[in-house]
Amino acid sequence: MKRHLISAADLTRDDALLILDTADELAKISERSIKKLPTLRGRTVVNLFFEDSTRTRISFEAAAKRLSADVINFSAKGSSVSKGESLKDTALTLEAMGADAVVIRHGASGAPYRLAGWVRGSVVNAGDGTHEHPTQALLDAFTMRRRLGPLDGRKVTIVGDVLHSRVARSNVLLLATLGAEVTLVAPPTLFPVNVDSWPCEVSYDLDAMLPKSDVVMMLRVQRERMNAAFFPTEREYSRRYGLDRERVARMPDHAIVMHPGPMNRGMEIAAEVADSPRSTIVEQVANGVTARMAVLYLLLGGADLGGEI
Amino acid sequence: MNDRIGTTRDGIVIRGARILGGEPVDILIRDGLLVEIGQGLSGGETVETVEAEGLIALPGLVDLHTHLREPGREDAETVTTGTRAAALGGYTAVHAMANTDPVADTAGVVEQVWRLGQEAGYCDVQPVGAVTVGLGGEHLAELGAMADSAAQVRVFSDDGRCVSDAVLMRRALEYVKAFDGVVAQHAQEPRLTEGAQMNEGAVSGRLGLTGWPAVAEEAIISRDCLLAAHVGSRLHICHVSTAGSVELIRWAKSKGWDVTAEVTPHHLLLTDDLVEDSPVGSYNPIYKVNPPLRTRADVEALRAALADGTIDCVATDHAPHPVEDKETEWAAAAMGMIGLETALAVVQEAMVETGLLDWAGVAERMSCAPARIGRLRGHGQPIEVGAPANLTLYDPAVRAAVDPAGYASKSRNTPYQGLTLPGRVVATFLRGRPTVLDGKLT
Repeated sequence: MKRHLISAADLTRDDALLILDTADELAKISERSIKKLPTLRGRTVVNLFFEDSTRTRISFEAAAKRLSADVINFSAKGSSVSKGESLKDTALTLEAMGADAVVIRHGASGAPYRLAGWVRGSVVNAGDGTHEHPTQALLDAFTMRRRLGPLDGRKVTIVGDVLHSRVARSNVLLLATLGAEVTLVAPPTLFPVNVDSWPCEVSYDLDAMLPKSDVVMMLRVQRERMNAAFFPTEREYSRRYGLDRERVARMPDHAIVMHPGPMNRGMEIAAEVADSPRSTIVEQVANGVTARMAVLYLLLGGADLGGEI
Repeated sequence: MNDRIGTTRDGIVIRGARILGGEPVDILIRDGLLVEIGQGLSGGETVETVEAEGLIALPGLVDLHTHLREPGREDAETVTTGTRAAALGGYTAVHAMANTDPVADTAGVVEQVWRLGQEAGYCDVQPVGAVTVGLGGEHLAELGAMADSAAQVRVFSDDGRCVSDAVLMRRALEYVKAFDGVVAQHAQEPRLTEGAQMNEGAVSGRLGLTGWPAVAEEAIISRDCLLAAHVGSRLHICHVSTAGSVELIRWAKSKGWDVTAEVTPHHLLLTDDLVEDSPVGSYNPIYKVNPPLRTRADVEALRAALADGTIDCVATDHAPHPVEDKETEWAAAAMGMIGLETALAVVQEAMVETGLLDWAGVAERMSCAPARIGRLRGHGQPIEVGAPANLTLYDPAVRAAVDPAGYASKSRNTPYQGLTLPGRVVATFLRGRPTVLDGKLT
């Protein structure tokens, strides 16, 4: 594996399978009463969050702590960053503190690549602008695999604001690596131009895709987008691209519904769908900790897992 | 010893220079003029000699598009450091863009910049005047006052911002006819480029950076060509960057309209995939520039257009920025690249090595055409007896890795670091006085 995890494209098929297999092993630990492993004792993981994201931060924090790493949370709010300190200066500060891994969430696409040039530790991308969110893709793949088995040939439909979605980018790359067949569905305004160069199919018609899908993953759609004329109204978006009970009824019986959260209930997903047995939304949160444990474990070269579990 | 050349002696003879790449000849300079060209010139014993065997003599280069940053951002560049960089790049005249602080939108500011250039003495600084007050895009600046000032402004531009209001653009085009001025448009439709970060295409889609569509440039170019034709005015288009723009300009020229265009060296060489993957990493803002780097197909179209004259000239868009404005995440970084000290090398690489231009063509595109467009007297003239001795001696045979450490520019934001480029400016003469000898400032 590479030293950093910034893009899902950094992972070979073998890397990705190793992470998922490791996560499977680690999942057994979370079923025990004592959930903690000594593996990363003495190692320091910094959570560097320039954007508010409580759920991702606590997921990484829980993952690091279950591996016994020391965790430093550095949030842009109330920090020197809001006083105008540059990303580079922040990086040099972390470097001086001896961070073994830096988990970064940043509003600017590509910020983790810049950070990786300034620190010696591993950089883990926890979401950068509208670029990528590779651990989300890993936890999604982990969730799919636990529900459906190996992903080769599985049909995954990802619906929503592809243009602005880091989740979509990472999922397309990782799922292609794992052999799944991905179709993106959105109004044409919410695709990047040249999306046809991505390793996936593209459709404007959600209803046509539903009967062929093993997984339907809904993306969060920000209401503000309609102010920039990406779609006319919330209701029109919901009618054409929202996942409601009628649409779910057209999916195969085994098919699952996913959402990376946070959801707009009633917009891209109906409340009753989000709360239905097909929904993996709560599982995804639990699996997030496990998948991130696997990533930190492998990047920081933890000791052999076999003896510990 | 060379630093006395042209000051204590009463003339200079350049030996064995190949004018525009032709056969070696001697060139005698006296009183700031080319007084004799031929074989075996001596000029007498009070004349200093510059050996130029193997060197190509070009008319001193002229840049239509330079950001000297003074007044206002002297931390990035000053008139002195910028013109020293220009001299090292083989330039004898540069047009200083108006987006300074205060903006060059009055006779006072353009005269100040012009005078700073005179005092520095490394190359002629011809100020560009702003089209609108404060580059605000709302009210015409006092274009006539700038034209009548000591700086004799003829090129007007809101560069950095587009004159997007169609009526204002029409009026500016009309108004400058009174003093043979030209409006140099920064073609960028603002609504189509809100928050734009890089060329909109496959790479921007993958990288999640807001796209800067080619149509944003092309829509303004087509509108402005039609406006210029309608009112019978002269239009110049800054830093053309797309294949579509080339087609539109070719069409406008085929109609006989008075439209000229420039291309930057970096748009002749670099492509948008460098943002994704380069020797200096991913998302390195050293490649962030306005207009953005485009695709290989655009580069090929721009080269062909420069070769066939659809694009009239090369202009550097030399845009110095301090380190801290580039050592950031992509979205926070400033747009622009320095280019004065590498322009001729990049043009050799992109145009001469590829067989698209000969040295006469380089002289036309980098000296004669920009001087003509800017109505600059004394520059861009053929190397012949009686002409002002503005000359560049260039060695095309060497190749070296680009190393900005020794640059005269105050800034280091070159996108070519680590690349190997051909050529070396050996000497530059401004009205007979050497500003550069042996590749060093005098």
